[in-house]
Amino acid sequence: MSIFINSDSKVIVQGMTGAEGQKHTARMLASGTKIVGGVNPRKAGTSVDFDVNGETVSVEVYGTVADAMAATGANVSVLFVPPAFTKAAVVEAVDAGMPLAVIITEGVPVKDSAEFFTYATEKGTQLIGPNCPGLITPGQSNVGITPANITGAGKIGLVSKSGTLTYQMMFELRDIGFTTAVGIGGDPVIGTTHIDCLKAFQEDPETEAIVMIGEIGGDAEERAAAYIKDHVTKPVVGYVAGFEAPEGKTMGHAGAIVSGSAGTAQAKKEALEAAGVKVGKTPTETADLMRAILNG
Amino acid sequence: MDLYEYQARDMFEKHGVPVLGGIVATTPAEARAAAEKLGGGVVVVKAQVKVGGRGKAGGVKLAKSPEEAEQHAEAILGMDIKGHTVHRVMIAQGAQIEQEFYFSVLLDRSERRYLAMCSVEGGVEIEQLAVERPEALARVAVDPIVGIDAAKAAEIVAEANFPADLAGPVADAIEKLWTVYKEEDATLVEVNPLVKTADGKIIALDGKVTIDENAAFRQEGHAALEDKDAADPLEAKAKALNLNYVKLDGSVGIIGNGAGLVMSTLDVVAYAGENHGNVKPANFLDIGGGASATVMANGLDVILNDPQVKSVFVNVFGGITSCIEVANGIVGALETLGDSATKPLVVRLDGNSVEEGREILAAANHPLVTIIETMDGAAARAAELANA
Repeated sequence: MSIFINSDSKVIVQGMTGAEGQKHTARMLASGTKIVGGVNPRKAGTSVDFDVNGETVSVEVYGTVADAMAATGANVSVLFVPPAFTKAAVVEAVDAGMPLAVIITEGVPVKDSAEFFTYATEKGTQLIGPNCPGLITPGQSNVGITPANITGAGKIGLVSKSGTLTYQMMFELRDIGFTTAVGIGGDPVIGTTHIDCLKAFQEDPETEAIVMIGEIGGDAEERAAAYIKDHVTKPVVGYVAGFEAPEGKTMGHAGAIVSGSAGTAQAKKEALEAAGVKVGKTPTETADLMRAILNG
Repeated sequence: MDLYEYQARDMFEKHGVPVLGGIVATTPAEARAAAEKLGGGVVVVKAQVKVGGRGKAGGVKLAKSPEEAEQHAEAILGMDIKGHTVHRVMIAQGAQIEQEFYFSVLLDRSERRYLAMCSVEGGVEIEQLAVERPEALARVAVDPIVGIDAAKAAEIVAEANFPADLAGPVADAIEKLWTVYKEEDATLVEVNPLVKTADGKIIALDGKVTIDENAAFRQEGHAALEDKDAADPLEAKAKALNLNYVKLDGSVGIIGNGAGLVMSTLDVVAYAGENHGNVKPANFLDIGGGASATVMANGLDVILNDPQVKSVFVNVFGGITSCIEVANGIVGALETLGDSATKPLVVRLDGNSVEEGREILAAANHPLVTIIETMDGAAARAAELANA
């Protein structure tokens, strides 16, 4: 088992014919993801060849998301679309009835994200991102840009705002492995939240423990802490980045802004600990806490 | 990006929000000319700083004549307000204020929509009002797709208990402020105070606007609003090189990839520093995903030019970024710098092409470079070197 994606997931790539889209489609194919099509209205009817571990794999390009879904039965879309066109691409996926859209694009205006999140929620499409690495169910499906070779399948569920910290934590716990690792993104408005992932991991029979990685800005970690206290019976360990981040400065993620006391790394750590979550001081220490629980 | 009051005023005016005349000045002579241009009557000289509490600090003064405006500008320009030097003043038209109100609209991250806040008790510290008398501050959710239309503006005004004679004009002002929020890709528009003048007009007297830098591609005018003189010289250099860099106060230079990992690196270094004279990180520098050798070399160049830096910690987990590029960047930068490079570098690489990356560094065998395999171990070594 896993959450959100598995070996049955049929994935289309919006923006597959662009440079980033091509590069990552090749990587997703190489890690076993079922990529069933790409979308580009100007290149409908053509196909793109990818070199997958020495073999050529040809992926069809469709004019619209709706066409791609009708032809392939796709149930996941991953978006490598420039920020100026992201909103239109998400709306197209939502209108086509796509169940899950994963938005990798960095730099989407927050107004666009707020609008397409509202629209997707009304119409029933789950969004992950924007500004995220996507998600991986090791050995089954890899949707986004997570390196597939860090570790394999196992019993830990991971949810994180940050891409590279996701990779770091997967590396730290490569001896145990993961059911699914979800990078939810660090933007001020994101689709799937820490809480959505915690809920899914709690319900997933193969996930035995959960690692939750947060960072300064907003109150998502505090909300997640409250959720864990009331609803999560599986062990959770946490890590929070940004103790040394200065007040009022942005550090890459638009979400990582500290303004006043709420949203500080310290406040988040305290909230998690109050909910019974063990919080590590470094990624390595956090991994050790997890190992102690699973081997305990 | 937060705007100055005068920039917010100009933006309000552009979108039809009722404001008073205001002209920015950088010298006392300009302040006098501005006061004359505004009719020669009563004006307010207001320090332009991006921090609250300027009134209490003496940064806002009433002037009855252009001469007096010049004198006040003389006193206020160059003043230090909570660590911010005053480089500009705004000369604002005077007004007879009868009542003060509050309005803001901002992004509500948790609910992933917008929130409008409004009160008939303006001019006060709004955070204080929210805590002490929450019932006096109306909070109304705003749907991002619908926005603040006439019905929503009426709802906000009703929730805030405005008297019937003011409801109409305040709702009009709120609709115009929403236009600012929407058209300018703002994440905050705040008016404190929104006032009723003696002649019955509703005026936005002081505004705060935060704009979304991600929208720069469709907001051509926004580049001109950037505050060039506020940037640290190293930050300016990094920006010119397209690097995501923030200057901090410590002595361990930091380079990493990905905002989360770099923030974590700052924390891990400060944690290790507890055993090494409490050394702290000197900066935040994220070379981003898929960084090339050139980007790595540019980053090292900025950090090695920071006189506060005593040691450097390069912490890279290669996801898309290849450790080969990172290693080549380090070797190339050290070659270019030659004898001028004197600070020790601690390098920790993992992930994509890690073996090849480590081999490149080992082959170069540069006396300043130490390779340490773990993040915590490398942080401890970098802290130790900075404390030596």
